[in-house]
Amino acid sequence: MDTATVPSRAGADAPEAGTATGLLIIGASQSGVQLAISLRALGYTEHITLLGDEDHRPYQRPALSKEFLQDKVGSESLIFRTNDYWIEHNITLIKGERIESVDSNTDGSGIARGTSGTTYPYQRLALTVGARPRHLEAPGAELDGVVYLRNADDALRLKELAPATTDVVVVGGGFIGLEAASSLAAMGKRVTVLEYGQRLVGRAVGTETSEYFLTEHRKRGLDIRIGARIEQILDDGDRTVGGVRLEDGSELTAQIVLVGIGVIPNTELGEALGLEINNGIVVDAGALASDGTTIVVGDVANMPNPVPGAPAGERIRLESVNNAIEHAKVAAYSLMGRSEEYAGIPWFWSNQADMKLQIAGLSTGFESTVIRRDPDKGKFTVLYYRGGRIIAADAVNAPLDFMAVKQALAAGKSIDPERAADPATMLKSLIA
Amino acid sequence: MPTVHFTDAAGATTTINANTGDSVMETAVRNGVTAIVAECGGSLSCATCHVFVAETDLPSLEPMGEMEDEMLYGTAVDREDNSRLSCQIRLCEDQELHVTTPETQV
Repeated sequence: MDTATVPSRAGADAPEAGTATGLLIIGASQSGVQLAISLRALGYTEHITLLGDEDHRPYQRPALSKEFLQDKVGSESLIFRTNDYWIEHNITLIKGERIESVDSNTDGSGIARGTSGTTYPYQRLALTVGARPRHLEAPGAELDGVVYLRNADDALRLKELAPATTDVVVVGGGFIGLEAASSLAAMGKRVTVLEYGQRLVGRAVGTETSEYFLTEHRKRGLDIRIGARIEQILDDGDRTVGGVRLEDGSELTAQIVLVGIGVIPNTELGEALGLEINNGIVVDAGALASDGTTIVVGDVANMPNPVPGAPAGERIRLESVNNAIEHAKVAAYSLMGRSEEYAGIPWFWSNQADMKLQIAGLSTGFESTVIRRDPDKGKFTVLYYRGGRIIAADAVNAPLDFMAVKQALAAGKSIDPERAADPATMLKSLIA
Repeated sequence: MPTVHFTDAAGATTTINANTGDSVMETAVRNGVTAIVAECGGSLSCATCHVFVAETDLPSLEPMGEMEDEMLYGTAVDREDNSRLSCQIRLCEDQELHVTTPETQV
């Protein structure tokens, strides 16, 4: 952004000039907020500064592509905590400030400098800086009307463009793309989804789930093109999007091109601090970066795989609300000098039209699947097995299946694959 | 203005003046009632905003939907007849509600 923002403060008073905050959390994100809250719950007494580059109070992102986009919830519903909460818990919020450099000392203290010129001395530093959308590389990608959907301003921009829009092209058939496509279709837009790969949500679910969503979304009226390659975003003559031309020569009309093709972890501050970087900022099991003092949490952190029974030494970077929360708790313990294991089984959700997908566990490395279908009730579940044991499940409109698998995984148990295919049998009764 | 009384598993009560139209979950979370976790932010996906509603207040609530009913089988503390997911309870003007929070949500 080239528009200079003026930082503003909310919550508790900042420390007096020249006095360091106890913990400077860069990134007023789900993980940044949870870190501050968990520290207070654990009895951390130092002042906390929670700093973000957006001009909003800390808010929840999941609804941006769904209820918020469709005006089903207002912006107040997205706010994490009241201002009184921050004041009572001695947490200062800094909005609209981007940290451009950090000078750190070996004891973990240092001074961060914002683009506003303000300096923020700290005793300890936490990076909860998340990730940014991967940008589309195609001629015309810079046109007005090409939008991304990561933060509140993106959603507000989309809502601003929506009334004058009849046709939308969504680039990317992942969670964000399909959620937004479903929302925009519900808002009366003609929506086409372009997926570059050979199936939907290829990075997060198996082929059966991809096929299920392809069929169901098409039934509900979404035009989904698999293996679609964009040649150019078309200019309507006014530096504004008019459509999209594909490599096969076909053209689609669009006033909005919404791009959801993944994210890139924001590792720049970590690099400047000399931290080890490898698909994110590398952290140990206590959320500590390679300098041994900087805490790194959430989407940006490359951590040891926390799933019970995961191969030793395996690393993972998880982009999810659940991970932001659980990882922040681990980090809070770590800052308090305690070593606590990551709690629970990673889980994810995605609501698309009337389909509620819940994923328990990580299906990476699965060897076989069992499918449960109950078309009359719109339920569909895929169970993933490795070495004969269950490792994950994708459950659509089937919360009982989701919760049974989560429970089995948390208890280190499995679910008998021979009997699991019958939708009339409760999975919970098969846990052993 | 609606009012919600949250009583925790140990018996301590916190009273919060809420906004009409907000859910009980939002009211709790925004004001720092830690016994309500609400990981999913109210999208009926996580079952971590479980509450027990006072019997006398139950008739004032809209009946629960099928999804909420199923999700309630996955709560950390077992459901009872007066169990609800607090993200699904919207507060009406001047409504007064008494809920008890379970010992744990996860």
